[in-house]
Amino acid sequence: MGDFLVWVVWFLAAAGCLGSGLAVVTFRNPFFSALALIGNLGSLAVLFLLASAEFVAAAQVLVYAGAVMVMFLFVIAYLGDRGVVESPFSGGPSWLAWSAIVAATALLVEVVVVIGLTAGDGLADEATVERAFGSPAEIGRLFLTDHLLAFEITSIVLLVAAVGGVVLGSRTLEEEEGAARAGA
Amino acid sequence: MQGPDIAWYLVVAAFLFSIGAAGVLLRRSPLIVLLSLEIMLNAANLALISFARLHGDHDGQVFALAVMAVAASEVVVGLGLIVAVARRHIDLDVDRLRVLRG
Repeated sequence: MGDFLVWVVWFLAAAGCLGSGLAVVTFRNPFFSALALIGNLGSLAVLFLLASAEFVAAAQVLVYAGAVMVMFLFVIAYLGDRGVVESPFSGGPSWLAWSAIVAATALLVEVVVVIGLTAGDGLADEATVERAFGSPAEIGRLFLTDHLLAFEITSIVLLVAAVGGVVLGSRTLEEEEGAARAGA
Repeated sequence: MQGPDIAWYLVVAAFLFSIGAAGVLLRRSPLIVLLSLEIMLNAANLALISFARLHGDHDGQVFALAVMAVAASEVVVGLGLIVAVARRHIDLDVDRLRVLRG
């Protein structure tokens, strides 16, 4: 019974994941695309939980569906109508759109074939893990022991990105002068 | 492990990755290109976490968290670029941003 329930939850999460992913790509308005991406990230978090990655699932909801998507929605609101430029198949010759779809399908086939060829039978017998697998305590211990360097480099990357965001978002000198001239 | 095999997770990750790739190739709004990139990164995260479960090893999950941090940085810089482009009154269309084209 428990197994059946896990299958049902897994199937719902996977269907929600793929459906909202398609919605992100096909919606014309970026605002709705961003909302669909929140659904996508939420159902991915369910899949993470089922693969016993509890801490990553929590971080996914907090960092991604929370912080990153709020930033997206703010920028989309700032741009207003200017963000809405096209529908998936507008502009450009349609053979471009079709070749994009063919390329994506080719990627899918390649990935599936490679997984099937290299991993094949090894995927059925996964390791047995204890209950603490993927818990915050385990991940935190790893971040402060084995992966300390990666942890510190991540903080530097985030700092650089924050500084870059401020620099890109602030007005340049000529824009300041243009604004001052317009005001005068 | 209850529920589906790791192979099922990997198939979902592959589908998600190609949906994101299709979005990056199809769409011309830089906002939606960024959103599709997020889908691709998350598909890779799903594969990492499935393999972590398969091997019973935490390293994949640690890697997924690092990918998450890099994705957040990428969104900050990408959105900063989009805002800078919009402030110069240039159309938000990746086909028209061709100043750097060789």
